[in-house]
Parts: sequence; structure tokens; C-alpha cells
Amino acid sequence: MLVFIGTTVFCFILWLLFTFNGNVWQWDEISAGIIFSIIAGAISRKIVIKEYKQLSPKKWLLFIAYLPRFFYEMAKANFDVAYRVITGKINPGIVKLSPNLKNNLSLTILANSITLTPGTLSVDVDDEKNLYVHWINVKPEFFEVSKECKCKYVCSTFPDWARRIGE
Amino acid sequence: MMWEIIYILLGIGIFFNLLASVGLLRFPDVYTRLHAGTKCTTFGSIFIASAAIAYGLWRWYDGDKSMISLAIHSFFALIAILVTNPTGAHAIARAAYRSGVMPKKAVTDELGGKND
Amino acid sequence: MNVFMLTLLFIILSIIVAMIRAILGPTIPDRVVGLDTVNTLVIAGMILFGAAKNEVIYIDVSIVYALLSFITTVLIAKYLEGDKL
Repeated sequence: MLVFIGTTVFCFILWLLFTFNGNVWQWDEISAGIIFSIIAGAISRKIVIKEYKQLSPKKWLLFIAYLPRFFYEMAKANFDVAYRVITGKINPGIVKLSPNLKNNLSLTILANSITLTPGTLSVDVDDEKNLYVHWINVKPEFFEVSKECKCKYVCSTFPDWARRIGE
Repeated sequence: MMWEIIYILLGIGIFFNLLASVGLLRFPDVYTRLHAGTKCTTFGSIFIASAAIAYGLWRWYDGDKSMISLAIHSFFALIAILVTNPTGAHAIARAAYRSGVMPKKAVTDELGGKND
Repeated sequence: MNVFMLTLLFIILSIIVAMIRAILGPTIPDRVVGLDTVNTLVIAGMILFGAAKNEVIYIDVSIVYALLSFITTVLIAKYLEGDKL
């Protein structure tokens, strides 16, 4: 029931934002929004929110706190790619990482973050939740790092952030 | 003043979008092309959508009330790009690997042998 | 001339360059990468056109286009993997 209410409120807020045109909403807009968000909430309550923990506001605040750092890494990534486009220096390879994440949401956040940050692109994931990452510039030092530290070496603190937000 | 900010945002957006298509031509295989085609277009589109958001907010501040919806809707388009683009890239990379396209010039391939 | 329209010309230029990759691409995933890039650039172009014409409806269309192009990409990827659709 709580999941249904959460989804409905989420849909209703989206509706209000989409129909806002500078003036206060009319009554017919609001009532149509309530009807449609109840229908959407009833259909998609099992898809959008899978666990009650996701509703806690702490997770959302953490997610917002994560965005500036993510944007900084993304800017760095783009200048890196710009450098490689212009000079043509690449040294690609596929490496295996074991981030030790438990559920699918945190793994999705980590994989998307990896794709948008310096020189890495997630290719595949196996049953034990190991990520296979295409790395555009494999450094020779990478092979000397121990297995536990490999994940930290490639994607710095992203696994910790994903664990805090998703689990 | 406001126009200068919009010019700068649009300029950065153009630079990265052009870079993405040039990288698409220059890189040797699918995976490196995905690097260029995903990261640079996402970053460039962020700046182009930011220019539209800034323009909408500015017109709204100047008294044209209905322009706030241009800013809000551009923001949602930006979120749609941010969420869908890396996921699509991941799907293409996995499909390319499973359909037997190997990375060229690779120094290491730890996924090898699991191609079933 | 509106600055948004001028930017749109550059976006169209990069769409043409990305289309060259989609036409040349030696393997099918190469073509899909080209098409995916073209999709993102078209979304950016639609946002610019909406801002140039002061019309919100183009940006609504771009949101729907983004979601539909994502579904298309995932479907093509699934097809390449050899799964049943």
C-alpha cells in the first residue's frame, strides 16, 4: 500500500510539473492529474519501487550530494576523450572488476557511472555480479594491483557511493 | 549579459557534439567508438539543454510567464538523455561482444572464453 | 539570425558526419553506434528548435523521442545477441 501511495504521489508531482505554464493550475487539470496518477500508480507499483528502503529521503539526499562529484568526473572524462580523439593514442582492453555489490539498483548506478566517467565503458555482467569493463587506456601498473584493490584503482570511490545510495 | 552566458553554453555544446562525430570516424573499433559516441554527446547535450533552460528562465524572469514551461520541459529532456544514453551504450557493447565482434588492438581481454 | 538556429546548423553538420559512420560501418554494431549518436543529436536539435521558435511542443516531442529511441536501441541489441524478441 505504501508503495502504491509513493508511486502515485511521484506521478502526480511529475504531472504538476509538466502542466505548469506560469499560472496557478486550474481545477480540471488537478482532478485529471489525480485520476491519471492513480491509474499509473496501480499499474506500475511493482516496477518503480521494489523495496521500502528506496522511499527513505536519506537516499535521495545522498543521490543529490553525489551529482556534483559525478559531474566533475564526467567533465574530466570528456577532456580525456577529446585528447584521445585528437592525438589517436589508445591502449584498449577489457578488464574484470569485482565491486561486491548486492542488489541490482546499486549495480545499475555503478555501471552507468562507469560508462560516463574517464576512459571506461561497462560491457557485461555475470551471475556473481562481476563487471567487465572496456578501458580505453590500460595502464601497465593495473596488473600488479591485488584483486581487491582493482575496483578502487579503476573507478575510485564510485562503488562506495553506489553502495550507500542503492543498498 | 544573459546572451553571453547562452553563447558560451551553446559553444561548449557544439564543440563536444562535433568532437563526438569526429571521434566516431577516427576510432578503430566498436568499443572505442562507443566511448566517443556516448560520453561526448551526453556532455554536449547537457550544455545545449542548459542553454535552453537558461533562456527559458530568463524570459520568465523578464515577464513572459509561459516560458517557464520551456525550462521545465528541457530539464526533463535532459534527465531522459542522462538516464537512457549510458544504458543504451551498455546494451550495444554487450550485444557487440556476444555477436562476436572482438576489440581490436586490445592488450588484455579478461572476458574471453565466456562468449556463449 | 537566431543563435539557436545557428547552433542547429552545427548539430546538423555533426549528424551528417555521424551518418557517414552509420553508412560505412564494417560491422552491424558499428552502424548501431552511429544511429544511437544520431538519435542523441536529434534530441539536442529538437530542444534547440523549440527554444528558437519559443514553442514548448517540440521539447515534449524530444522527450518522447528520447524514450522511443532508447527502446529501439535496446531492441536492436537484443536482436544482435540472438535472443527471441
